[in-house]
Amino acid sequence: MKEAKIVTRDLTLHYGLKMALNSINLHIPEKEVTAFIGPSGCGKSTFLRCLNRMNDLIPSVHIKGEILIDGLDIYQKKIDVVNLRKKIGMVFQKSNPFAKSIFENVAYGPKINGISDKKKLTEIVESSLKNAAIWDEVKDRMHDSALGLSGGQQQRLCIARTLAVEPEIILMDEPASALDPISTGKIEELIFELKKKYTIVIVTHNMQQAARVSDHTAFFYLGELIEFGKTRKIFTAPDIKQTEEYITGRFG
Amino acid sequence: MRLKNKIIGGAITTASALSVVLILAIIIIILVVTIIGGKDKLTWEFLTSFPADGMMKGGIFPAIYGTALLVIVMSIAAVPFGTITAIYLTEYAHEKSWIAQTIRFAVRTLATVPSIIFGLFGLGFFIKFVGVGMDNWFMGGQLRWAQPNLLWGSLTMALLTLPVVIVSVEEAIRTVPRELREASLALGATKWQTIKKVVIPGSISGIMTGTILAVGRGAGEVAPILFTGAAYYLATLPTSVSDQFMNLGYHIYVMSTQSSNVDQTLPIQFATTLVLLMLTFSLNLTAVLIRSRLRRRLK
Amino acid sequence: MNSDQAKSGYTFTAESLRKKFRFSEFFAEKLITSVAFLSIAVIILIFFFVFRESLPAFKHRPKGTTEENRVSAGNKPESYGSNESAEALQKPETYTGAEPAAAVNKPETYGEVKDTSVSADEVNPDAKFRTSESPDSEGSLSSLFSNEWFPVSENPRYGLIPLFVGTLKVTLIAMLFAAPIAILAALFSSAFAPAWLREWIKPAIELLAGFPSVVIGFFALMVMATFFQNVFGYETRLNSFVGGAAMALAAIPIIFTITEDALTAVPRTYTEASLALGASKWQTAVFVILPAATPGIFAAVLLGIGRVFGETMIALMATGNAALSSLNPFESVRTLAATIGAEMAEVVFGDMHYGVLFLIGSILFIFNFTLNALAEFYVKVRLVRKIQGRGA
Repeated sequence: MKEAKIVTRDLTLHYGLKMALNSINLHIPEKEVTAFIGPSGCGKSTFLRCLNRMNDLIPSVHIKGEILIDGLDIYQKKIDVVNLRKKIGMVFQKSNPFAKSIFENVAYGPKINGISDKKKLTEIVESSLKNAAIWDEVKDRMHDSALGLSGGQQQRLCIARTLAVEPEIILMDEPASALDPISTGKIEELIFELKKKYTIVIVTHNMQQAARVSDHTAFFYLGELIEFGKTRKIFTAPDIKQTEEYITGRFG
Repeated sequence: MRLKNKIIGGAITTASALSVVLILAIIIIILVVTIIGGKDKLTWEFLTSFPADGMMKGGIFPAIYGTALLVIVMSIAAVPFGTITAIYLTEYAHEKSWIAQTIRFAVRTLATVPSIIFGLFGLGFFIKFVGVGMDNWFMGGQLRWAQPNLLWGSLTMALLTLPVVIVSVEEAIRTVPRELREASLALGATKWQTIKKVVIPGSISGIMTGTILAVGRGAGEVAPILFTGAAYYLATLPTSVSDQFMNLGYHIYVMSTQSSNVDQTLPIQFATTLVLLMLTFSLNLTAVLIRSRLRRRLK
Repeated sequence: MNSDQAKSGYTFTAESLRKKFRFSEFFAEKLITSVAFLSIAVIILIFFFVFRESLPAFKHRPKGTTEENRVSAGNKPESYGSNESAEALQKPETYTGAEPAAAVNKPETYGEVKDTSVSADEVNPDAKFRTSESPDSEGSLSSLFSNEWFPVSENPRYGLIPLFVGTLKVTLIAMLFAAPIAILAALFSSAFAPAWLREWIKPAIELLAGFPSVVIGFFALMVMATFFQNVFGYETRLNSFVGGAAMALAAIPIIFTITEDALTAVPRTYTEASLALGASKWQTAVFVILPAATPGIFAAVLLGIGRVFGETMIALMATGNAALSSLNPFESVRTLAATIGAEMAEVVFGDMHYGVLFLIGSILFIFNFTLNALAEFYVKVRLVRKIQGRGA
């Protein structure tokens, strides 16, 4: 296993009084793909949203424990959440491009970071779109509305938008759950490419997808981390019975 | 028993349906009566000329012009303040906090305060407090601001229409999907950047609806400007916010109740009413259409 | 942990992620928050200033026999300000000449006297002498409870009783029209009408809410007054009945909208349960939906009352504006709000009449505030109780 990029220690999360995550300890390795699987409501998405402090937006959420990235506790008081999120990109379940042009969507992040030079922006947009494998499909209509793209294209545009901010970690919350098989395939290929440069964490409902794209898999159930290990091992010889039952489709 | 049930049921259904028909009929009657009464007088000349012969003849241009100025100055005050309040309520305040609840209560109270009270407030606050203060400080005691004028009338009207703007904008902001806010924040945008670049552009139609509704309301209300700026007759158009102004609604009121010869000016009254009704009706219709489109988007 | 940080190649460092102070962010939040408080501030300011301006109504002591008292109460005469020469000529007894200093102090009078008819009736050469003995003389607060509203007479009396009677009469008549019609219409729209029809009814009735009250007043003055006179054959063309009926037009959209919302908010499960038990559509509507929505309907009626109670333009144009305390619906009345609207333009700033008009304003405001608070409180408490009741 490569060196851990993200380490969580006894991470516990409450929604009001209800416990949603119970003492999660996890090592997420650098520049590999880690998949979170489990039935819905098991806490995998909640956990993912802890990693870029997206749960801060919900007033009733309380978090205990630590999340260390490069050994730095990101829940410290003196951490700047805005800058933190620039280093940790996120792709959402439902593609959510802004009601702006394709160009403006990708340029959004660089612009709020203060880049206003037109040439520089064009470069960033082009390379981000290329890296997200959507350049060829949109290069002739950069100034059309992003809402005119197909679902799969929108999702890759959202990935391009994330890449434009130059993050180191990309969190993906069921990025292909709303897409057709061909689009899903494209996203999976893309993930395979991206892991050369980025640490990727992906939540998925689809176990085949986890098996195809990830190097490591974590199985969550009822707010607990049941098992974590190499994907091949989890899918062929899990240590724990619950994992096996879930993998083989006996529940969930 | 069954027959009795049927009769009661039929009666209730019929009565309720008739109520709807009655309301719609009244709306149509008001429109038709006004149109019939005013259509002959309503010419281009009527709209663009000054009253003549002691209001017995001529047009209503100054009243249209004054009403337009009133709603413009009013919107300049009400729309930004209303929009910002709506942003506070949706983006900054916690839904359950006492501050948010108090502000909401204040907004709803403001929406139900009788319009004549706004007029009294405009007189007591803007003219007799702010105006007197301004005269003392800036005009060396000379009378300029401590009297009814366009500015005070418009600001009074802005307070009246503030809740209209707040409610419309708030409704529109809530239709901006949470996912878009999250996308922006996840890209490292700050809260204010997200509001500026995602939330406000996403609720432009609501801000427009709010403005249109406020203008429709402000154009038709008379009570708030009775003693804060409206004048029965002015020989010249207002050129500054410290001038008084003529107003369509006030014109109708004065002509139909105070004029020396009500019968002779009847066509002018009907035509003025028709102009005001068409103006507010079309504004409200536009707002209703935009809003129903917005609601569909929400579904 | 600090030793971990020392390792090279780490990009998430405490240094690069140190919390930043962003001025624009700070400024935006503070500005937005303070603007949001404006609504609260306005309510408080309205209360404060409307009440403050009504103080002259309390300051004036009863007109005594001494000259000194007369002077202290002497702001009153300027109500016949200098621009009302005709008026002044009619009444040689006016004090205008007697107190020129006070008159100069108050140049702000503007507008015209509109109610000459009322005041003219009251011209009485003996008034000056009577004032000194008469128990309901000028400035006496107790005159507020008298039955006579003669603010611009020689011996002004500010009896609010006729105004209250008039206002309540008009409000009652308006609600007798508006409440049943609006509630029935809401019932039709929410329970009986098919969805496509409902989508037309709602915005159409909302359009009525957009009719300016001066237009409704004009319609009442020109059309309804004549129509009702022909139907009922009463004498006074403008009266509380016409005014009330016209104000019902202003109240209907409010009652309709809130009632409709309350009716549609009744959970579908209620309706389905009732229908499943074999109840017909109307039985469900009347025995299940309507009772479940009572708090909302109650609030709707309260807000409708508030709308009518403070309505000015319709009252000014359609009620006849005579301050009579009669219970006959076909007699003219003068409402509280209309009194302010009609008389404020003719008073002298700061005199008793001015103060009384603001006092009426304060009463209207407090009444409306209470109604609104009651409507909110009632709905909230009832809803909470219902939810808790279901939970238990």
